[in-house]
Amino acid sequence: MATTATPTDTAIDVRDLVVERGGRRVLDGVSCAVGRGTVTGLLGPSGSGKTTLMRAVVGVQTIRAGRVTVLGRPAGSPALRRTVGYLTQAPSVYADLTVRENARYFAALHGRGRAEADRAVADVGLADAAGQLVATLSGGQRSRASLACVLVGRPELVVLDEPTVGQDPVLRAELWTRFHAMAAEGTTLLVSSHVMDEAARCDRLLLVREGRLVADDTPAAVRARTGTDDLEEAFLRLIRASEDHPPDRRAPHPQRPDDTRAAQRRRPGREETS
Amino acid sequence: MSPRILAATTGRILRQLRHDRRTVVLLVVVPTVLLVLIHAMYADQPTPPGQRSLFDQVALVMLGFFPFVVMFLVTSIAMLRERTSGTLERLLTTPLRRLDLLFGYGIAFGLAGAVQAGIASAAAYWLLGLRTAGSIRLVVLIAAVNAVLAVALGLLCSAFARTEFQAVQFMPVVVLPQVLLCGLFVPRGQMAGWLQAISDVLPLSYAVEALQEVGAHAEPTGLMWRDLVIVAGSAVVALVLAAATLRRRSG
Repeated sequence: MATTATPTDTAIDVRDLVVERGGRRVLDGVSCAVGRGTVTGLLGPSGSGKTTLMRAVVGVQTIRAGRVTVLGRPAGSPALRRTVGYLTQAPSVYADLTVRENARYFAALHGRGRAEADRAVADVGLADAAGQLVATLSGGQRSRASLACVLVGRPELVVLDEPTVGQDPVLRAELWTRFHAMAAEGTTLLVSSHVMDEAARCDRLLLVREGRLVADDTPAAVRARTGTDDLEEAFLRLIRASEDHPPDRRAPHPQRPDDTRAAQRRRPGREETS
Repeated sequence: MSPRILAATTGRILRQLRHDRRTVVLLVVVPTVLLVLIHAMYADQPTPPGQRSLFDQVALVMLGFFPFVVMFLVTSIAMLRERTSGTLERLLTTPLRRLDLLFGYGIAFGLAGAVQAGIASAAAYWLLGLRTAGSIRLVVLIAAVNAVLAVALGLLCSAFARTEFQAVQFMPVVVLPQVLLCGLFVPRGQMAGWLQAISDVLPLSYAVEALQEVGAHAEPTGLMWRDLVIVAGSAVVALVLAAATLRRRSG
């Protein structure tokens, strides 16, 4: 299949990214890099800009300024449509088709066969529901059906927006095992989450808050820097630190840290301001 | 365009339709029921001297209307669903090209429209005694091309609707004026000049004229083929315009 123009160790390179939506700055000068074959967690409260950052990486977001390079090409390049897979937060599959029919369609778009589609369905634990209409599935099953339609293309870079929402703990663990198996085979994964115990499973963490990058480090380094083993507590400390020393002319945030903690524990709404 | 992706997309749209049994039944049955109604309405109307019976005139044009109206609505809603459910955005991140999607809709719903027209025509000719000088095959062909035109207009209009309510409102805006001015109610030659001018730029007028040519002549006429080319050409123009409304990037 398609090879990338400049084979380097960097899968995603974001430089000074600014995105404005409806007159509001959603991303305010974000710079970060994601290495190939890693699982990178994108964390932050609802509305922090996670989805917008992912959309910019996939190339579907209009950007105001900055540069996003993906697998050596500008984000959104036609060649990347074969190598980048994107799971939107709301499951975007056809409700009036069965799980199998959905997977086979997306497989066909990537030139993959029916056997591969059926395997992708089994890989997300939906083999028993393959013949079921998506409309009749539970929320968690639906989002796994959507995931199957991403994985069936065997992308080099997988961008997953909240893939484990609504999944039971056993399935969540299985999905993470699968993500790491994919990374071991060279796939790069960028995964957003609200759940802090998932942060610990990532090779690297990006913490976004109010459109800015608060942390970009390994879980171990984050723990060491903040002096706590609890990643949730670590993030709170990082956020407090960033509020004590605001990096620009922004007004102090009205939200108290305690609210942030509550927001991170809350079940995320289906529709994040994306 | 990629033949493989186009075929997969067409198949996917037809599979979606197949899962919706009630819609399939309605598509097939409703035109026939309405034709029976029209037949009963005109049963006692005298035939104007030297002309074909009123039922023959009206039913023939109706065979073109059914797929036009129905496929416009079905397509507007289907495409709006693609936009609102996120599947469109997802499709645009895959190797699928925009014309693969739009022609996929054109072929899938064009086929559905052809099946609908075929069944309605069979009922009109063999159940209700519709008579035309030309062949039933030409009638179905014109109705099928008309269905493709409706699909293309539906795809284009769905770009300007944010909700299903709005999408449905495009029916009276886009379809009804074409029905009123196509020459069924008042012959185009008897309309005021400005109405004729409007009628001349509405593609349905040419579909109706083509059907009337089949009604009046045993062999396909040059005018019929010209009209058919105009209808098909309008469909392609609408599809290309619809492609321009599909944006890969959004704010």
